[in-house]
Amino acid sequence: MSKRNPEYDFVWCPGCGDFGVRRALEFALQDYITEHEKPHSHNVIVAGIGCSGNMVHLIEGDQPFGIHGIHGRTLPIALGIKSSRPDLNTVIVAGDGDFLSIGAEHIGPAAQRNLDVTCVIMDNGVYGLTKGQSSPTSDIGMITTSTPHGKIEVPVSPLNHYLTVGVSYIASYYSSKPKILAKFIKEAMDHRGFSIVHVQSPCTTYNDTYDLLKGKPREGIPGLAWDIPDDHDPNDLSCALNLIQKPGIPLGLIYKMEGKTLEDRQQEIRNKVSEKTVESTLSEYLI
Amino acid sequence: MQKKDFVIRFAGEGGQGLVTSADALARAATSAGYFTQTFSTFPSQIMGGPASSQVRISTSPVLSSGDGVDVLVALNQYAYDHHEQDLVENGVTIYNAEEYTLPDGGNYFGIKADEIAKSTGNARAANMVTIGAVANLIDFSLTEVDNFIKKRFNRGRDNDSEIIRANIQSVRLGAEVASQSGFSVGKLDNPVKPDYEQIMVTGNSAISLGALSAGLDYYVGYPISPATTILVWMENNLIGSNKFAYQVSSEIESINAIIGAGYAGKKAMTATAGPGIALMSEGLGLAWMAEIPLVVVDVQRGGPATGLPTKSEQSDLFACMHPAHGDVKIPILAPGSVEECFYAAALAVNWAERYQGPVILMSEMAQADRGENIPKPNLDKIKVESRNVYSGDNGFKRYQSWDGTNELTPMPIPGGSGAYVANGSEHDEIGDTTHLPIHHIRLTERRFNKLKLLDGAHYEIENENSQLIISPWGSSKGPSREAYERLLDDNYDIGWIYSVALNPIPEEVFEALKKSKCVLVPELNYQGQWSSLLRQDGIKAQSIIKYDGTPFKPGELVKEITNIFDTVRKK
Repeated sequence: MSKRNPEYDFVWCPGCGDFGVRRALEFALQDYITEHEKPHSHNVIVAGIGCSGNMVHLIEGDQPFGIHGIHGRTLPIALGIKSSRPDLNTVIVAGDGDFLSIGAEHIGPAAQRNLDVTCVIMDNGVYGLTKGQSSPTSDIGMITTSTPHGKIEVPVSPLNHYLTVGVSYIASYYSSKPKILAKFIKEAMDHRGFSIVHVQSPCTTYNDTYDLLKGKPREGIPGLAWDIPDDHDPNDLSCALNLIQKPGIPLGLIYKMEGKTLEDRQQEIRNKVSEKTVESTLSEYLI
Repeated sequence: MQKKDFVIRFAGEGGQGLVTSADALARAATSAGYFTQTFSTFPSQIMGGPASSQVRISTSPVLSSGDGVDVLVALNQYAYDHHEQDLVENGVTIYNAEEYTLPDGGNYFGIKADEIAKSTGNARAANMVTIGAVANLIDFSLTEVDNFIKKRFNRGRDNDSEIIRANIQSVRLGAEVASQSGFSVGKLDNPVKPDYEQIMVTGNSAISLGALSAGLDYYVGYPISPATTILVWMENNLIGSNKFAYQVSSEIESINAIIGAGYAGKKAMTATAGPGIALMSEGLGLAWMAEIPLVVVDVQRGGPATGLPTKSEQSDLFACMHPAHGDVKIPILAPGSVEECFYAAALAVNWAERYQGPVILMSEMAQADRGENIPKPNLDKIKVESRNVYSGDNGFKRYQSWDGTNELTPMPIPGGSGAYVANGSEHDEIGDTTHLPIHHIRLTERRFNKLKLLDGAHYEIENENSQLIISPWGSSKGPSREAYERLLDDNYDIGWIYSVALNPIPEEVFEALKKSKCVLVPELNYQGQWSSLLRQDGIKAQSIIKYDGTPFKPGELVKEITNIFDTVRKK
């Protein structure tokens, strides 16, 4: 159930990382609307399938538009929205299963287009909604319901993948600090081009990584997550590639490159080729 | 001998200018006032391979590519060997004497088109030598050919007049060779020049033009034979502010991108062939479920899998009407001529807007790339419908129950009021996911009730009380109509029922079919797909099937149908 719709029959498990991501997204959407002086209806959320996709029904307060489509196809749907309505702030919410498994074929083309949309990817390293199967980011050897003898593939490195296919804004963070996460999501919305904020969002039921991410500082156990040093140059691709070779989960902005977007290049064509009316096109076929 | 129509076929290898020759002859004939239809067949490769292109020229609108060939231009031995059996009695072959020879005594003569063209100073005019020879055989006015040449090569360049001179001379020299051969296949009746403006257009261009005339904003596509020409057309013509035409990376991207554009308020379309329909099926289900207006064009080819990419078949009907899992029945328009392609495409865009959902327009290989001269559509008379956009307060319930008795609830558009979630999961009135039985019941009914909004497609009902009814669909209309008219002339007790809309079937058409004792459905597939769907609705239908990758010939149908009459009589 959600605050605005008591009948809505979906809930996240207690402690789910997606609660923090939702809070961050709400902050970012509000900031975007306030700063750009647009109504909330200019925000469009494109949701994938899975626990994270239900985000689109759970936003509290002023409502954005939303589309909750089919598994793995958030990027092509967002392509249709953004390329036909560049005025809309188009944001994808999807999980590691939806985005990096069934939907992975769309990341490369979206990067090559530099499609001006923002992806908020909630990575919990497991298929939660279908009750605990291995996902592209599950570790090798991990025991899940679909890998009872241990997972036999190495996990995908999402950040490495994004960098090498040419995504033009990449940030990595976790769900535990929504205010800071919101800052990166808002920055990604403002970035002109294809942006991904990859968020570690633990699944408390099937893959609880909270302790792993933060470590136990009092006991001297370091966490997997580490802050990106201040001297990192996010405008330099080789620096970014070097940075992410370090084990664990970097927190912060990894890469950002300004460049022409799909909309820019489409506009260049419109400026170059004169507009045609249907009547003039039809007349080209006159006998 | 005066004749009503002629079929002239150019056969050889792909890349030899076969299509150019047939097209040039068609354009010269249409300029003179004749009706024409071209038809080409070629293998799935870039260059070479056996190919042919033909034109049928007539004093009345051409319904099909005809039965036999009157003049065959065979550019190599293989072409002669494989097309010679299609010649009508007394048909004549012009063979390429630079390539091969045929023994004396047949209905043929050789021509050295390259050598003759070179002698005029323009080696590229060889096809005009052949066209001159053909014109002589059918006694077609050389002056009309000259007029066509003057029009085509008047391109504002310095050497225009030299090119025109050489081409005209090539035509004369070709005609001279034919004249010396002593052959003739008859004389075309004089044309009755139409008193209206005409365009010469292919089926795929007509679909593109029709969609634009209804206000299409957005097109994406992925290359696939025989639908690629629509993508290419859109890239060249769907241009302007707020217009978008773009090649995406798969058919899965195509369908989902037009779902995004349709959701965002645009009139959006894609075109594909059978393999693309297969990939789009889940997306079509989403568009049906979330109620997103969009149009998918399926230019059918032989299937399944990669099948016959450049051949004719009408075998996607099951896949188009029920593409997705679950309770779905997608509206289908299946035009049966180049002219119908134009109007059906405009109606498909209107239907999508009117009922807020996906519409499939089905064409077919044989109709896609063939050229026809048709009356120029009057754009002022094209009805342009746009969806009813919501503009009230927020908190709107888009997915209310709807039984078809009042106006369909309007659709909110992002940026405007009434924010909701367009949801592919079953949902409540504001679009939130729900599993409650009441919502699945009322929204399933709503989605099917919306089909009642879809009317206005072209249909034809004639002699519906006859013993047998011929009732084709899509591109089999032309040859079926020609067969029907021949059978009527021979006093057979035969009727005609035809509808561009296959789902929903117009009520008048459905009633007429239902009353018929025997409905014969010519269709290009093995299973008899349309007749089996008609039988589901209690109509006494049976198919006349063909599945060799080529369209029906009218003569084949006449033979089949007269056989059926004989069987019925004997009973």
